[in-house]
Amino acid sequence: MGYILRRLIQSLLILIGVSIITFAILFALPNDPARQVAGRTASPSQVEDVRHQLGLDLPLPAQYARYIAKLAHGDLGRSYIQRTQVSELIGARLPASLLLMLGAIVCELLIGLTIGTVAALRRNTGFDQGAMVGALFFVSMPQFLVGYALLYVFGAWLGWLPLSGYGSFRHLILPALTLGLLGGGWYARMMRSSTIEVLRQDYVRTARAKGLSRARIVLVHVVPNGLLPIIAMIGLDIGYFMSGIVVVESVFGWPGIGQLTWQAINQIDIPIIMGVTLVAACAIVLGNLLADLVAPLIDPRIKLK
Amino acid sequence: MMKKLVMSVSLAALMLAAAPLATPTFAQDIKQGGAMIVTFKDDISTLDPAIGYDWKNWSMIKSVFDGLLDYKPGTTEIIPDLAESYDVSKDGLTYTFKLRHGVKFHNGREMKAADVKYSLERTCNPDTQSPGAGYYGAIKGFDDFQKSKKDLAGITTPDDYTVKIELAHPDATMLHLMALNFSFVVPKEEVEKLGPDFGKHPVGTGAFKVSEWTSGQKIVFERNKDYYNKGLPHLDQITFEIGQEPVVALLRLQKGEIDIAGDGIPPAKYVEVTQDPANKDLVTIVDQLQTGYVSMNVTMPPFDKVEVRQAVNMAINKDRIVKLINNRAVPANQPLPPAMPGYDKSYKGYAYDPDGAKALLAKAGLSDGFTTELYVQNVDPNPRIAQAIQQDLAKIGIKAELKSLDQGNVIAAGGKKDGAPMIWSGGMAWIADFPDPSNFYTAILGCGGAVDGGWNWAWYCNKDLDARADQANAMTDPAQADARATAWGKIFTDLMKDAPWAPVFNEKAITIHSKRVAGPNGVFADPIHIPVNYDEVYATDAQ
Repeated sequence: MGYILRRLIQSLLILIGVSIITFAILFALPNDPARQVAGRTASPSQVEDVRHQLGLDLPLPAQYARYIAKLAHGDLGRSYIQRTQVSELIGARLPASLLLMLGAIVCELLIGLTIGTVAALRRNTGFDQGAMVGALFFVSMPQFLVGYALLYVFGAWLGWLPLSGYGSFRHLILPALTLGLLGGGWYARMMRSSTIEVLRQDYVRTARAKGLSRARIVLVHVVPNGLLPIIAMIGLDIGYFMSGIVVVESVFGWPGIGQLTWQAINQIDIPIIMGVTLVAACAIVLGNLLADLVAPLIDPRIKLK
Repeated sequence: MMKKLVMSVSLAALMLAAAPLATPTFAQDIKQGGAMIVTFKDDISTLDPAIGYDWKNWSMIKSVFDGLLDYKPGTTEIIPDLAESYDVSKDGLTYTFKLRHGVKFHNGREMKAADVKYSLERTCNPDTQSPGAGYYGAIKGFDDFQKSKKDLAGITTPDDYTVKIELAHPDATMLHLMALNFSFVVPKEEVEKLGPDFGKHPVGTGAFKVSEWTSGQKIVFERNKDYYNKGLPHLDQITFEIGQEPVVALLRLQKGEIDIAGDGIPPAKYVEVTQDPANKDLVTIVDQLQTGYVSMNVTMPPFDKVEVRQAVNMAINKDRIVKLINNRAVPANQPLPPAMPGYDKSYKGYAYDPDGAKALLAKAGLSDGFTTELYVQNVDPNPRIAQAIQQDLAKIGIKAELKSLDQGNVIAAGGKKDGAPMIWSGGMAWIADFPDPSNFYTAILGCGGAVDGGWNWAWYCNKDLDARADQANAMTDPAQADARATAWGKIFTDLMKDAPWAPVFNEKAITIHSKRVAGPNGVFADPIHIPVNYDEVYATDAQ
C-alpha cells in the first residue's frame, strides 16, 4: 500500500512540474498573444486592452496562480485562433485518438507477438532473419513515410481502403497499422529474444521431457512467459503514441488531438499547445503508473516495493 | 494569337454541344439543388463575423451572414445587400442606408436597423476583441465608445429600416467597410445566449445556415430557404471536410470523391496538375490582392541612403524568382497589385540592372559593398526565394546573411525599430482585406504603422505622402472614384522614388474543382471569395 501511495505522490509531483513547464511555453514561444488576438488594424492602446483582458499584464506568479486555479476547474483556457474552449476542442477529439491508439495496440501486438514467437521458434532460418530485418526497417522508418506509402498503395493504387477520413472500421485500418508498425517492430524483436530466453528455461525442458505436444508447450508455457516484458512496455507506449499520432493523424486526416496539436503549433495557438501538452503528459504519467501497478498482478514474481 | 482564339472558341462550342445540360447560359436558368464537398487541412476557426479573419472562414462567413453592402459576384464593384439603397452626404460625413424589408435571421426574426447598430457596436467594443475594430475609427464617437462601451454616438436609427452613420472625418473606404465581414449583421438575442460560443453556432441572414459542426471533422451548410435573394444559393448543401492533407485532397478530387480542394494544389504537384489537358477547365488561376516585397529599414544604415534602396530594387532578378515558384506569380514593380484600383500600368519601376545598381552603390560611397541581414519566414518556398535574392545581392557586392526564422520572430523583428534591416515578406505578405488602395498604405507604409509592434517594417514615414493619403481618403463622392484611384496610384509610384520596398511579385491563387460543380461570373476566380463564392456555385448534376 505504501508503494502505491508513494507512486501516486511521485506522479502528482511530476504533474506539478509539467504544469510549470507548460506554463513556461506561454513565454517561450516567439509570439505576442495580445497582438495576435487584436489583429493587424489594432492601435497600441487596443493591444494593451486585449493584453489586460487576457490577464497577460499581471506579474508572473499571479498569472501562474490564475492558470492553476482555472486548471483546477478543468478550464484549459480559450483558443486564441479558434476562440473555443480548449477543453471542448480536446474533448471532441479525444475519442478519435483513443480509438486510434487502441487500434495501434492491437496491430502492434498482433504483428509483434506472432512474428516474434515464430522467429524465435525458427531461430536462424531465413524467416527469422527476414522478419528481424523487416522489424528493424519499420522501427527505423519515419512514420509519415510509411503512412504515405500505405496510403498510396492501398488507398490510391489498389483502392481497397479509403484515402482518409474517419467513421468506419475501414478508415481505421491504415492509420492504426502505420502507428502500430513501429511498436510491432520493437515487439517482434523483444518477443523473439524473450521467447528464446524462455525456451532455454528448465520448465520448458521438463515440459518437453514429459512429452507435451509442441503446440501446448508453446501456447501454455512459452508465450505467456515471453509476453511478460512486453505487457510492462504497453504502458510506456502511450508516450510513443502521443508523438506518433501528431504525424499519423495529419497524414490520414484523422480528427484526433495529434492533428489538433500540429495545427496549433503551425498557427502558434498557445492555449491549445499548452492544453495538449498537459493532457499528453497526464496520459504518459498515468500509463506508467498503470504499468507499474498492473505488472505484479500479471507476474507474481514482481513485488511491490 | 487570333488563330488560337478562334480555336478555343470552336472548342468551347463543341463542348457546349456535347454537354448541353451541364452549362446553363444565364444565371436565371440555373436550377437549385445538389450538394458539394469542400476539403480543408486545418480546422475552421470561428464563424463569428466580428472575429473570423483568415482566408478560409472569410468566405464562409459571407455565406452565413450579410452586410449592408456586398460585391457584385466576380468583381470588386460594390452593390447593395441588406441595404436596399444608400446615400452619401455632400461633405462625405453622413451615410444613410435604407434597409430591405422582410429579411429574416435564421432564427425567424426580422432583421431591423437596431440589429445593424448593435452589430457595428459589437465589433467596435474592445470586449469583443475583434481584429477589425480599428477599421471603424472614423465613425463619430468611436474613441469614447471604446472606453465607455455604451452607445456609439455616430450610428443612429431614425426608424426600423434606416441606419445613419456619421463620421468624424471623411473616409472614402466607408462603403468597403460596410461590405467587410466585420460589419455583418448578427441577432443580439443569439449572441447574448451563446456568448463567446456564437462563432460555433452562427445565426445570420445569409444564404446558408450551419446545420452541423463536428469539431475537427466537418461543417455542413444547409440552404436557407427563406433567403431574401430569391434564386440563391444554388446548392442545397455544402459539406466542409476538415483535416485533409492537400496531397490527399487532390487524390480524392481526382477520384471524384470531393468537389473542391480548398487548400489548392500543393506546390510539388503544381506543374503536373496544371499541364494535364484533362484539368484544363477545372483549374482556375486567380489574381490575388497581394504583393510580395523586400522591405528595407530606412532607419538602419546603409538603408538610410535612397541610392542603396534603389540599388537593391535594380539588383533583384524578379523573373528568375517567379520561375522558381513555377510561375505562380507575376513580377511586381509597385506596392499595389494589378487587380487593385489605382494600379499604374504605365509605371515601369526599377528594371533589372546589376551594373546600374553597382553604380548607385558607388555613388552612395559603398563601391565595396556591405554586409547586412535578410530576415525570412522558414517555410518553403520562402527560404529558397530569399536565397535567390541573396545571390542577386551578392552580384552587386551586398553580402546578406539569411535569418530564417518562424513567422512570429520575423514579425517581431520587423516591428522593432532596429530589428531587421531587410525582410522578405513571403508567407506574411499583406493581402488586402478589401479592394481599396488605402488598405496597402496606412498600416504598412504610412507613419502610423512605423511604431513599435507595427507592420511598417521599412519604418518609412513620409509626412507629405501621409497628407496626400488623407486627401485621397477624403474624396468620398462616388463620382470621384476614378480620380481617387489615380491619386492613390500616384502616391505609390511617388513612394517608389524613395524605394522603401523592393516589390518582387504578386502571387496568384490556384484552385481546382471537380466536373460536378460549375458557376457563372467567374465564380472560381472571384477576387473577394477564396476558394469560391459559395452562394453562386451550382451542381452540374442538378441541371
